[in-house]
Amino acid sequence: MAVSRDDVRHVAALARLDVAESRLPELVAQLNGILSHMDALAKVKTTGVMATAGVGDAAMPLRADIGPPIPLLHPLESFAPQMRDGFLLVPRLATHESAADESDE
Amino acid sequence: MSAVAHVRDAFARMAEVDAGPTGLNCILWTDEERALADAASVDAAATHGELAGVPFVAKDNIATTHLQTTCGSRILEGYVSPYEATVITRLRDAGAVLVGKSNCDEFAMGSSNEFSAWGPVLNPVDRTRVPGGSSGGSAATVAAGIVRIALGSETGGSVRQPASYCGIVGVKPTYGRVSRFGLVAFASSLDQVGVFGTTVHDAALGLEVIAGRDALDATSADCPVDRYSTAGTADLKGVVIGRPREYFPATLDPRVAARCEAALDLLRARGAEVRDVSLPHTDLAIPVYYIIAPAEASSNLARFDGVRYGLRVPANGLREMYESTRTRGFGPEVTRRILLGTYVLSAGYYDAYYKKAQEVRTLIAQDFRAVFDAGVHLLFTPTTPTPAFEFGAKSDPYEMYLNDIFTATANLAGVPAISVPIGDIDGLPIGGQLIARHFDEQTMFRGAFALEAARAGAR
Repeated sequence: MAVSRDDVRHVAALARLDVAESRLPELVAQLNGILSHMDALAKVKTTGVMATAGVGDAAMPLRADIGPPIPLLHPLESFAPQMRDGFLLVPRLATHESAADESDE
Repeated sequence: MSAVAHVRDAFARMAEVDAGPTGLNCILWTDEERALADAASVDAAATHGELAGVPFVAKDNIATTHLQTTCGSRILEGYVSPYEATVITRLRDAGAVLVGKSNCDEFAMGSSNEFSAWGPVLNPVDRTRVPGGSSGGSAATVAAGIVRIALGSETGGSVRQPASYCGIVGVKPTYGRVSRFGLVAFASSLDQVGVFGTTVHDAALGLEVIAGRDALDATSADCPVDRYSTAGTADLKGVVIGRPREYFPATLDPRVAARCEAALDLLRARGAEVRDVSLPHTDLAIPVYYIIAPAEASSNLARFDGVRYGLRVPANGLREMYESTRTRGFGPEVTRRILLGTYVLSAGYYDAYYKKAQEVRTLIAQDFRAVFDAGVHLLFTPTTPTPAFEFGAKSDPYEMYLNDIFTATANLAGVPAISVPIGDIDGLPIGGQLIARHFDEQTMFRGAFALEAARAGAR
């Protein structure tokens, strides 16, 4: 399963990364080099073997649906990029992507 | 000696060895005034914890409220957490004093510390060589004599491997043994906070303070914590140590193999029974690890998008802002792993890579269970295939990944493991690894204490 330039473009878009065309050959070669070592897994018989998503003997314990207090040393305003009236300000959603729309966020 | 005097000594030693960017580059962020004030509070307290006045550093991916937490990345430059990681709180409650944040590979992705946005860390033993990674800054800080105890994090060997390269002790506890509240997530099914120590006792003391259930981390186990610092015994009678043949391949550097055999002889001399055992799926650990870890990383690192933390690169619209921020903020290794992780999770490849890797992970965990169920208490292996290498020696990504070949298995299986110095090769230290059953850190430390004492006695 060789990785192509289109594959890299596709996963970069999924991962919200803007990979320059000039970097594609190197990334394609590196990903193919790495994935060639993963082919060893295909030869391992795993019929009937459960997939391990996590380790440990017990299932994830559930706690009461009460948030323990997480002491914040600094108020939210000190680390949020922008706030107004107690709300976090974030860029507008994609449906309002023009620069003009963003000016009145 | 007072806590204030200990902290002053730590800062004096930082200056003496040039721990900043013009020298070892192991320390990224400090606040001496604050550390001295904390130390003064410890001195003034009516009661003193078991680490009263002990200075420590924490890896730059562990949240602290007065120093930056950048994970060695431009994308978090300037970020100061509004809350403190539980491991920091527990050390401070025991009287330890945070004196700095240590450099690391970006988002803990690397085995050499060459992938930090703030430049590489130099190995204090030989400054032409890497300290290992990703917790190389913490390892170098301990090895340089600045602190006795440092916090790192482990996903595939990021504490044990630099401990081996820097000639100190490094421990990765059982998955779930230590709270991860405040540890920036890389690969959530693998990550654990680990401890470096100048000696086995220092590492044991650090771990017993931070271990145990935390209501703020649902993955922390409600399991009793032993006094690891008292695990040492006069001998190892009744302890069975397995020597897994897959960790001693014919291709292993004969000098590394010789140091390991000498260590096994010392353990035998202390009364341990050494048995040849097999962990047949060991050679699949790196392919499995380098599918699962990047897959989980690609999901965990999606949160760094310019909206909630750190860097934001303004652009024309939301999507462009995400892409500009992430492209400028992430370095080359993180970018590579996000692409790899996104690829193995994408439609058409999920079953062939990610699901298959999870199934083989089960086989690797079963290997460990089988040898422990057969009466083996500990496993002994080399920590790394070689001593520390020179900067730039490994340009091929997969060649770099192979540094984790003897350590990643313990993360995949979730078992505890410790690296203890077992000698040197041409002046470069090398570590031996003891691996134990889930939550049996006490036996692991018993073996580590014995090995350390036997080596000291043999010198």
